[in-house]
Amino acid sequence: MRSTSEAPATEPQPVLSLADREAGGSDPTARLEGGSPGAVEVHDLGHSFGELGVIELLELSVSAGEVLGVVGPSGCGKSTLLELVGGLRAPVRGAIEVDGAGAANERLARCSYMPQRDLLLPWLTAIDNAALAPRNRGATRAEARRLAHPLFERFGLAGFERSRPSELSGGMRQRIAFLRTLLAGKPVLLLDEPFASLDAITRAEMQEWLAEALAAESHTAILVTHDVEEALYLSDRVAVLSPRPARLIAELRAPSPRALPRLDAVTSAGFTATRERALAALARGRR
Amino acid sequence: MKSRLAPLAIVLALIGAWELAARLDVLAHGLHIEPFLVPAPSDIAASLWSDRGLLADNGWVTLKEVLGGFALSVVAGVGFAIVLHLSPTLRRAVYPLLIASQTIPIVVIAPILVVWLGFGIGPKLAIIALICFFPITVNTLDGLRSVDPDLVKMIRTLDASRRQTLWRVEAPTALPFFFSGAKIAVAVAVIGAVFGEWAGSSSGLGHLIQEASAQLQTARTFAAVAVLSALAILLFALLAAIERRVAWWGPKETST
Ligand SMILES: Nc1ncnc2c1ncn2[C@@H]1O[C@H](COP(=O)(O)OP(=O)(O)OP(=O)(O)O)[C@@H](O)[C@H]1O
Ligand SMILES: [Mg+2]
Repeated sequence: MRSTSEAPATEPQPVLSLADREAGGSDPTARLEGGSPGAVEVHDLGHSFGELGVIELLELSVSAGEVLGVVGPSGCGKSTLLELVGGLRAPVRGAIEVDGAGAANERLARCSYMPQRDLLLPWLTAIDNAALAPRNRGATRAEARRLAHPLFERFGLAGFERSRPSELSGGMRQRIAFLRTLLAGKPVLLLDEPFASLDAITRAEMQEWLAEALAAESHTAILVTHDVEEALYLSDRVAVLSPRPARLIAELRAPSPRALPRLDAVTSAGFTATRERALAALARGRR
Repeated sequence: MKSRLAPLAIVLALIGAWELAARLDVLAHGLHIEPFLVPAPSDIAASLWSDRGLLADNGWVTLKEVLGGFALSVVAGVGFAIVLHLSPTLRRAVYPLLIASQTIPIVVIAPILVVWLGFGIGPKLAIIALICFFPITVNTLDGLRSVDPDLVKMIRTLDASRRQTLWRVEAPTALPFFFSGAKIAVAVAVIGAVFGEWAGSSSGLGHLIQEASAQLQTARTFAAVAVLSALAILLFALLAAIERRVAWWGPKETST
């Protein structure tokens, strides 16, 4: 059961159509094929691994074009939640809908998942790693590279197309992993602690970078992290989970519009107040 | 350079000691046998030179058998490993049989295979393939199974079919494992060829060894054994070189 619920949970957001979003200033040329954002509905979700209860009666809803941050203590079931939503794992109970589809394989076709580690394939070059999804859909290697190429420019990776993953820095690897996720062109992005493995400075840079990338075109995304600040900075709304088994203990609306310079955003009065509320909710969940 | 010099010196010292022992008939006296039965390294070297035509012809026969049998076992072993990987039920059923197959003594099977397949190259290929099959299959299967499950999840959300998952993620993961198995396999393949030739053959290094030792031509016997070992080392080195080129992402090996 939901114990406390801060910030009157989910006043239903208007589902933005593609046209609304594009009229709202994003760059239509940047849009990727087939990537029009879709909504996610999670109802009455419960999951356990044998005796170990991991998720308990979870209700979540993400509207099209919205970024939902999910924070919770380590080991509470955040990665499991993403795998359940993405159709990589069958839930013990409950219903999940992604862009109107409920079956696991249909959800799998509608989500692209950026795992906790970058998981670049060491035997492929950077650009071939990024272009895996088009390749899997039958594009030739040359076609797939042509699709990925402009994104390398846009994400500050120009010149590194032919590098091996082992020759790249952690931040570059994460960007390529994100690019690979984007190139899948799915309606929903599932991002699992995309920057957890980076040092503090690179991490701040990458957060700013991701905020821009998410603002440049509309994406529905679920962003899992155990960093409250990161969640509030990058998301429209943040769900706070309890320790395992994960329950929803609070939902907070992120204070600032995205793509503000990071330092301005995280030091604003609204931001710090919301962060304190989120941390308080996390602490309450522990008891 | 220094790291190469020391092992070389040890090998040379051993050969020198052997040469001395043979020249002074120490070994022959110790074993109470005729001195000519204990060839010195120089006698073997002389035989390598004077019998070069004979050794080359028979070496070529054995090399063809080894390459043929090895190729067969690669095709069969990799195919079998993939089938077992794709079907866990089959794997659980067949894996114990695979191990049991290793307990079959090849020396006993070899004559039966000759009866079945005749005196040509057939039974040799079969014996070599049988010996090579196990290390190749087991290593390749282990490699396929060692794939990071998160990589599989990742590529599945990138719309990969089962076949694409196998080809893009599992096969490259397994490739270095396959090479470990293949390197063991070529080394034992040479022994398989000798067993095959002993069971019934009129050519090949195994045949030559058998014939020469029956005629107490010990220098020639040792020369044939030396060529056989050189063959195995060469094939092993060749595979290691191919591995470095095509499976460079595998676990880094310490150089030998
Ligand atoms: N395949 C599995 N089988 C059994 N238990 C599992 C499995 N996967 C995860 N768990 C357990 O479920 C719990 C939740 O795991 P999960 O990876 O979802 O946590 P998380 O919130 O993502 O943690 P972190 O912040 O450390 O990434 C953990 O206790 C973990 O040990
Ligand atoms: Mg996790």
